Amino acid sequence: MIGALTQLLVFQLLGEVVARWLALPVPGPVLGMVFLFVALALRGGPGHELQATSQNLLQHLSLLFVPAGTGIMIHLHRVADEWLPLLLSLVISTAATLVVTALVMKLFMRAPATSGDAP
Amino acid sequence: MTPQFNEIWVYLSASPLLGLTVTLLAYQAAFWLYRRSGVNPLANPVLIAVTILVLLLTLTATSYETYFAGAQFVHFLLGPATVALAVPLYTQFRRVRSLLLPVLAGLVAGSLTAALSAIAVARLFGASLPTQLSLAPKSVTTPIAMGIAERIGGIPSLTAVLVIITGILGAVGARYIFDAMKLRDPAIHGFAIGVASHGIGTARAFQVSEQAGAFAALAMGLNGALTALLLPLVLGWLG
Repeated sequence: MIGALTQLLVFQLLGEVVARWLALPVPGPVLGMVFLFVALALRGGPGHELQATSQNLLQHLSLLFVPAGTGIMIHLHRVADEWLPLLLSLVISTAATLVVTALVMKLFMRAPATSGDAP
Repeated sequence: MTPQFNEIWVYLSASPLLGLTVTLLAYQAAFWLYRRSGVNPLANPVLIAVTILVLLLTLTATSYETYFAGAQFVHFLLGPATVALAVPLYTQFRRVRSLLLPVLAGLVAGSLTAALSAIAVARLFGASLPTQLSLAPKSVTTPIAMGIAERIGGIPSLTAVLVIITGILGAVGARYIFDAMKLRDPAIHGFAIGVASHGIGTARAFQVSEQAGAFAALAMGLNGALTALLLPLVLGWLG
């Protein structure tokens, strides 16, 4: 687990350095993900340890949003003035985005997919 | 309150241990409920844990800064977790590559819908211009969204709140929309939820299946980059 965590941090650091160095609009960790992906492609897949650690981390990805999510308490007054248009916009737009993305993807899939388990 | 308890409280509230422990306890409670509900999207663990914590901090009159001094250790893991998304992307890459055209078409359509429909609805119901512009990048992961808001004339801290609410809305509502549309493909589920509701949606997708999670991660990354490039241009054309 420590070995895998070290690898993840090294790739994040690499992403952070390159993003700042080239003044890219992409956050460092996203670039680190791209670098790790390339490394995985080059060496033919993740080792057992990296596979297990990543799976563990991503199973509980929702935990990692809790501290930032709690920050809503200090900014909530910002939505108070215009809460109705904001709420309508968020609900309608999020639903529309889900519907449009899914429909367009389906439209462009020639053969119906068969693999995987549906939620 | 006895003097001793008071002293212990003063000591603990100044140490990061409390904020960290309370975050994990709130999440454990939320995740337990989520599991008990059969991974029902309505019992979203982010929503429940955040609700518990906001109530707790308000009741104990603890500031968010004090809380975050401890919670930042959990928050920090978002970085390595983002890097770790490369692993499922690699594992699912054959399916991703075979769906290249649907993925790109869905990305462009979804990205534009997310920004333009948010502005249109807000304008229709009389929101101010800075508010409309703060809404535009709401489907993008927080650090990119705040940068976009700043560039197009929105309010970054308002955008940060809207991004989180959007994430929770998508994670809670997506299943019902897909059911109504009779969609069963986990690649479509994952990709649409990633475009519409970034990391919080992606977290939900991983709890449903690895394939949905991988497509959500892909969508989140691509939509962040595309929106950052496209939105300032599109808004420029529209005036």
